[in-house]
Amino acid sequence: MLMTLISGDRPRSRVLTLILLAIFLGLLFAPFLFPGVRSLETAARISVFILLAASYDLLLGYTGVVSFAHTMFFGMGAYGVGLASQQMGRGFGALIVGSLAGAALAAAFAFVIALFSLRVRAIFFAMITLAVASAVAVLVSQLSQITGGEDGFTFQIPRALGPANRMGVFMGVSITGKILNYYLIFFMSLALFLLLLRIVNSPFGRVLQAIRENDFRAEAIGYRVVRYRTVATCISAAVAAMAGSLFALWLRYVGPDTTLSFEIMLDLLLIVVIGGMGTMWGAAIGATLMVLAQTYLQDLMGSAAEATEALPLLSRLLDPDRWLLWLGVLFILSVYFFPTGIVGRLRGGH
Amino acid sequence: MTDLLQTTDLTVRFGGHVAVDGVSCTFRAGELTAIVGPNGAGKTTYFNLISGQIPATSGTVQLMGEDIGRLSPSDRCRRGLGRAFQLTNLFPGLTVLENVRLAIQAHRPVSRALFSMAASHTALTTEAMSVLERVRLDGVRDQPVRELSHGNQRKLEVAMLIALDPKVYMFDEPTAGMSADEAPVVLDLIAELKADTDRTILLVEHKMDVIRTLADRIIVLHNGALVADGDPADVIASDVVQEAYMGKELADV
Repeated sequence: MLMTLISGDRPRSRVLTLILLAIFLGLLFAPFLFPGVRSLETAARISVFILLAASYDLLLGYTGVVSFAHTMFFGMGAYGVGLASQQMGRGFGALIVGSLAGAALAAAFAFVIALFSLRVRAIFFAMITLAVASAVAVLVSQLSQITGGEDGFTFQIPRALGPANRMGVFMGVSITGKILNYYLIFFMSLALFLLLLRIVNSPFGRVLQAIRENDFRAEAIGYRVVRYRTVATCISAAVAAMAGSLFALWLRYVGPDTTLSFEIMLDLLLIVVIGGMGTMWGAAIGATLMVLAQTYLQDLMGSAAEATEALPLLSRLLDPDRWLLWLGVLFILSVYFFPTGIVGRLRGGH
Repeated sequence: MTDLLQTTDLTVRFGGHVAVDGVSCTFRAGELTAIVGPNGAGKTTYFNLISGQIPATSGTVQLMGEDIGRLSPSDRCRRGLGRAFQLTNLFPGLTVLENVRLAIQAHRPVSRALFSMAASHTALTTEAMSVLERVRLDGVRDQPVRELSHGNQRKLEVAMLIALDPKVYMFDEPTAGMSADEAPVVLDLIAELKADTDRTILLVEHKMDVIRTLADRIIVLHNGALVADGDPADVIASDVVQEAYMGKELADV
């Protein structure tokens, strides 16, 4: 049963299994284990980013295709839900229509980009995605009447998912619509993650890996490489859009900074590389680490700066404003010491 | 015997250099043709033109009467043209079993199955194992290919071709770099394949003893052109071959 759920893709390392279980249980019981607005915020963000990173890894780690347009697809889902909720009024209908429309648009964009560029060379695809993503980001900020421009816009989600919907107290925690919303996001992310896990372990997934390993030979034994790459790109884009829809649902806001920005694209690259390319489990660990670091590194540094107040240079280096510097250092160190990512390191070798 | 594969005036130019020069040749079912010639004669390039890795400048390639000269390598393979490579050309990060399974599923709809587990297709695994047993690689089925010895990688290269079950087998120096006790496994396999009269085998090979025992026919390429075609014993003894391999002056001595 469990093996069917995870498609027979065992973590293959005891430590890795424990970490993954900790992440899973931590997210599953987040509202009760870590009560508080901020920790629930972090848990929701982790759920969404695990899904987003997993969808990116399908492309980067499994198919060997470098794309810089993943946040564009993420944004399409987010804006889909935002715009649908704005136009159709709050309600689950708007959520479903918005996320499906976002996913369809993302898949269509991915299909066209792939068709035009994957035939040529992989590097060309990377450049085209960069160009298209920048163009779309500019377009979104220019069309401010529809998209709210740089400011983005807030929208209303169904009342059942709002904090005003109080449903009583369970285990000392008051159950509100917000917690319901969290579970909607958590279980949707989980289901889509397991779907991706199934896809990479399917016969189709094996072909993707073969293409990553040696596309010349894959073509020579009869696989139409361009088609497989195109399908993988479309699936990856559609799932990224779904993740964007969930993220917008959580934030009740869409804007370029939370969905389309190039910073998120870089974070994604880091997540997949640090976690371990070509393993879905790596995406899960990488995303958790990254979100935790982004959320709590600043706090940690704040207290460290206070503790070292007496020392002139050190306290300034540890100032919370320098957190990006330290994140960069952490990234360099982890790539240096774990070139195959955390998962590769834990599995030992390969 | 029926004609399976035919090239007509097949030519490719790289800039001013003519690598394959108007080669017309017919390969019949049930026949093993050795292709010989000195280094740089265009043997591998001729193979690349047939299997589609390089587009021809002019001329045609026909497989069972159909012109396949404009098709992609994958489409030619789907029509029954199987090719093994001179430089080992596998999926290094995947296991031995996975490599062969990929070759077996290549022409089947199962490759498009998104939502079933690869491991649940046990029939594919069984077929792959029987191919691995033939090349005696069943013992290393779970090793990643990059960790295999050179000899075993060569055997796997042959196993991939057998797994494709093609009409035309193209071997490009299948025993290159193999030790004397490993090569017979591959050569015996090729002899077995030859017994199947529906197929045709093209073999690029330098070792004359191998050619003498296996080949029904030899063609000689020299500077891209077909210079001899016929019975092995006659061709090997002929002046053209001596010239091609040793240069005119030496052959005259």
